[in-house]
Amino acid sequence: MKTEDRKKKLFLELFLIFLKIGAFTFGGGYAMIPLIQREVAEKKQWISERDILDVVAIAESTPGPIAVNSATFVGCKVGGFWGAFFATFGVVLPSFLIIFAVSFVLRQFESNRIVAYAFYGIRAGVLVLILRALISMYRQSEKNLLFCLLAAGAFVSVVFFDVNVLAVIVICAAAGLITSAWAAGREKS
Amino acid sequence: MIFLELFWTFFKIGAFTFGGGYAMLPLVQAEVMSHGWMSREELVNFIAVSESTPGPFAVNVSTYVGTETGGLAGAFFATLGVVLPSFLVILIIAKGYEKFRDSKAVKGCMAGLTPAVVGLIGAAAVTTGQTVFFLDGISVPALTEPSFLGSAAIFLIMLLLSLKKAHPILIILLSAVLGIGAGVLLGI
Repeated sequence: MKTEDRKKKLFLELFLIFLKIGAFTFGGGYAMIPLIQREVAEKKQWISERDILDVVAIAESTPGPIAVNSATFVGCKVGGFWGAFFATFGVVLPSFLIIFAVSFVLRQFESNRIVAYAFYGIRAGVLVLILRALISMYRQSEKNLLFCLLAAGAFVSVVFFDVNVLAVIVICAAAGLITSAWAAGREKS
Repeated sequence: MIFLELFWTFFKIGAFTFGGGYAMLPLVQAEVMSHGWMSREELVNFIAVSESTPGPFAVNVSTYVGTETGGLAGAFFATLGVVLPSFLVILIIAKGYEKFRDSKAVKGCMAGLTPAVVGLIGAAAVTTGQTVFFLDGISVPALTEPSFLGSAAIFLIMLLLSLKKAHPILIILLSAVLGIGAGVLLGI
């Protein structure tokens, strides 16, 4: 097979694998990591099992949804720029098409009384899901003085003082950066 | 122009949210509501839709808001906006990702971002709680309204199920059924 053809086949495969991953992971994010592992590492052997750990670490420490970050990263490692493009396109497409279709249905049924009742109940369920995510995130993180100060500061400034969320994110990142630089400097001297 | 505004707003959301899922909720809430694209109640409803359909919350909400405000082209630009920062950042770091992964600066930023996300999701939980229990504002008489009592009962039942590690979609389905039951019985 010519290199040109082999490349085309690789891009098509990347697109289809991530299309499948995008179509079958509900709730997004971490749910797709085991799928990537099976499809890309075990079946195709495009990347090693060790790389999967890196995928998670990179996806967490770069901005954006975990699903998109992982797809771009794996695609780029396997097939360069166009590999990244087709993997990302594949992972986003199912969501895009489904939600596009759903939005018309939602509008149509919104005024229905039974649907309104269903959403009345669902909102209470969603609150539980948010609390659950909050608790699991809190449990996973390392609780030191900096953590407590910033978490409490972010909470209070948004709930009671209506501070801009973007500003809170930028200030907390800067605070983390300064504190770790300061700690490193103190260790040296 | 609406397309540019959609693109730019979701570009900001894509560029400044770290970690998946509900970590994006606070910024999405702030941006989408300040533009008047969705009410708080609609956004909470949409979280349930997003949980029950495949794909990441950020992509789902950008496609939905885009469709509602600008049709297919709106959906395209909003989704492009939310995906582009990830795509560009990963492309830039993919070659030297070992260096990026072990970088002190990245670790420092993450040490500040993790608590920020926890605090912000906490804040999102509070505003969502207000939407669930006190849609017409917090007051003492509101505590005896049938709609408050119904929500509180559903919330507690789901909390118990959640402790038993019930699947999110099961929680959504059951709360929908209980919501219909409560709505019909109590005449909310």
